[in-house]
Amino acid sequence: MNDNLVSVKNVSVEFDYQENFLSKKQKIQAVKNVSLDIKKKSFLGLVGESGSGKTTLGKAILGANKISSGQVIFHDEHTDYDLANINKKELKEFRKKAQLIFQDPYAALSPRMTVRDIIAEPLEVMKITKSREETDERVRDIASKCRLNLEHLRRYPHAFSGGQRQRISIARSLVSYPKFIVADESVAALDVSIQADILNLLKSLQKDLDLTYLFISHDLSVVAHTCDEVAVMYLGHIVEQAPSRELFTNPRHPYTKALLSSIPSIDPDDQKKAIELTGEIPSAMNPPSGCVFRTRCPHASPDGKEAGIKMGLVEVSPGHWVDQCGVNCG
Amino acid sequence: MSTLLDIKNLNVQFDTDEGRIVAVENISLSVKAGEVLGVVGESGSGKSVTAKSIMQLNPGNTHYNEDAEIIIDGENTLKFTSKEDLKKIRGGKVSMIFQEPMASFAPAIKIGAQMVEQLLLHKPIDKKEAKSISVDMLKRVGIADAEKRFNQYAFELSGGMRQRAMIAMALSTMPKLLLADEPTTALDVTIQAQVINLIKDIIKEYQMGVMFITHDLGVIAQTADNVAVMYLGVIVEKGPVREIIKNPKHPYTRGLLKALPDINNLDAPLQPIPGSIPSPLERPTGCVFRTRCPHPTQEGKEGRINMGLIEVSPGHWVDRCGVNCG
Repeated sequence: MNDNLVSVKNVSVEFDYQENFLSKKQKIQAVKNVSLDIKKKSFLGLVGESGSGKTTLGKAILGANKISSGQVIFHDEHTDYDLANINKKELKEFRKKAQLIFQDPYAALSPRMTVRDIIAEPLEVMKITKSREETDERVRDIASKCRLNLEHLRRYPHAFSGGQRQRISIARSLVSYPKFIVADESVAALDVSIQADILNLLKSLQKDLDLTYLFISHDLSVVAHTCDEVAVMYLGHIVEQAPSRELFTNPRHPYTKALLSSIPSIDPDDQKKAIELTGEIPSAMNPPSGCVFRTRCPHASPDGKEAGIKMGLVEVSPGHWVDQCGVNCG
Repeated sequence: MSTLLDIKNLNVQFDTDEGRIVAVENISLSVKAGEVLGVVGESGSGKSVTAKSIMQLNPGNTHYNEDAEIIIDGENTLKFTSKEDLKKIRGGKVSMIFQEPMASFAPAIKIGAQMVEQLLLHKPIDKKEAKSISVDMLKRVGIADAEKRFNQYAFELSGGMRQRAMIAMALSTMPKLLLADEPTTALDVTIQAQVINLIKDIIKEYQMGVMFITHDLGVIAQTADNVAVMYLGVIVEKGPVREIIKNPKHPYTRGLLKALPDINNLDAPLQPIPGSIPSPLERPTGCVFRTRCPHPTQEGKEGRINMGLIEVSPGHWVDRCGVNCG
């Protein structure tokens, strides 16, 4: 029995890009040769700066982005779904099993639908329930699991605060009883007190419904608190991956170290200086050759030998993978 | 050190279709030269409204109370009505940086032209001087190729660079007071660290006063000297940053700190503050926090306590309802 729910093997995602209609067509590699196993019932965090390819990878796993090369396999109980070569019928089935929670609960909910209709819509579109009674029952069940007040189901989204809206949005994603959830910056738009509430809800739902999460976030302290495993992305590559505790106590890659040191400490006396990365993430259109991090790496050698290094993860301790260039220089 | 900004008993109300709502109630605070005052609170707590009152940037349906005072350099700026006077506080003595730099630059005008335009408004200099000041300022905030960037549009710059350009523009008139409204919220952590260090360096160099508005207590801990915690338009606690973070007294401040994921203490459970912030139309009477207070006193719960700050230790002020129930 395979204990992975999703296996990602050497996946690349490319987009076509043309600056204007006269210029040459170019390819942008948003995700490059990424391999990732997502264990059943795990809470996997995916972190990185904007432009690192987190969302693109998440969408590729959901079959919402075309996969240019490589393989994404979703292991369901009886069938395996091969996302790179999936037909329409299989994709419909797959959508019931894998869902997405969005970032902004203000934009994700239609203002013209009642909460009940918003949550019920996926059931109707996927033709999961047979009758209105059955639909209502499913909606009530998931709404109470997401700690929504059942009397609120007849109201419209404008009557709700950000935290309540995010709960509605979560209920909608979970109503088809999926196994796998991609949560893309799902708490980034919320105030801290509400953020804590939603994170606790996601955790408790994981136990109730046997969910597996891919949790995409740029906030490392949130990821440290909720995820059991973390992968760090930079410019389309995974540069480090480890169990949460291990990654946050013993980071190896210089990029991970810089990210961790950049989190402002809540202790005013803790004036540790952030490892300042000069400049910003390079454009994906023109990524550095060799180690992609070399242009900002504080340890890059002056002769630029990192330009000739091939990227690839090596296991430094059980379950802790680091890009080979980062192991040596950090 | 001299006091740059002194706000006394400020009340701000807005007329809306549903009636008049209270956005800020009875706020007093001050900022000295070289001091960073952090203002924290959830959305809707009145942080930005307070900052905008200083520059009179609130919309037309705003009402200030008669006896409110916002004193900058001995003048009550709330009484300013003439264009000449307003110019003094809008970009002259006071500058503001906003959260989203893309929305703050005009998209169809070159960055340099925008910088020069506002300099000419405030300083008796010619275009050439204005350009050299602007380019110097861009260099000062760490923008490489400053002269090239001067001739570019906002969309050609990355997020971090736009925020730097915004800071350069705000500082080029040499304001005495800088209002920074969530200046790092839209940025990645690595860029946030760069911008925070930049703001700190500049404060030291120019002895400016800064009002730093954010919802991120980590950012506050690393930048501010003093903190004011706001909830529903009221300051519930204020004092030196160490006191507030290490020895918080008000249940709301404590709640905020407990809800925050701390990277140095991964085992601590995340504790949300129960309930949600009430709508300004249903503002609680008495202590505004009573609807969410985890352990209110009987008097506080019934709304019988009038709000007001009392000093619990030198410089550390807490709302009187919060002192008893915390």
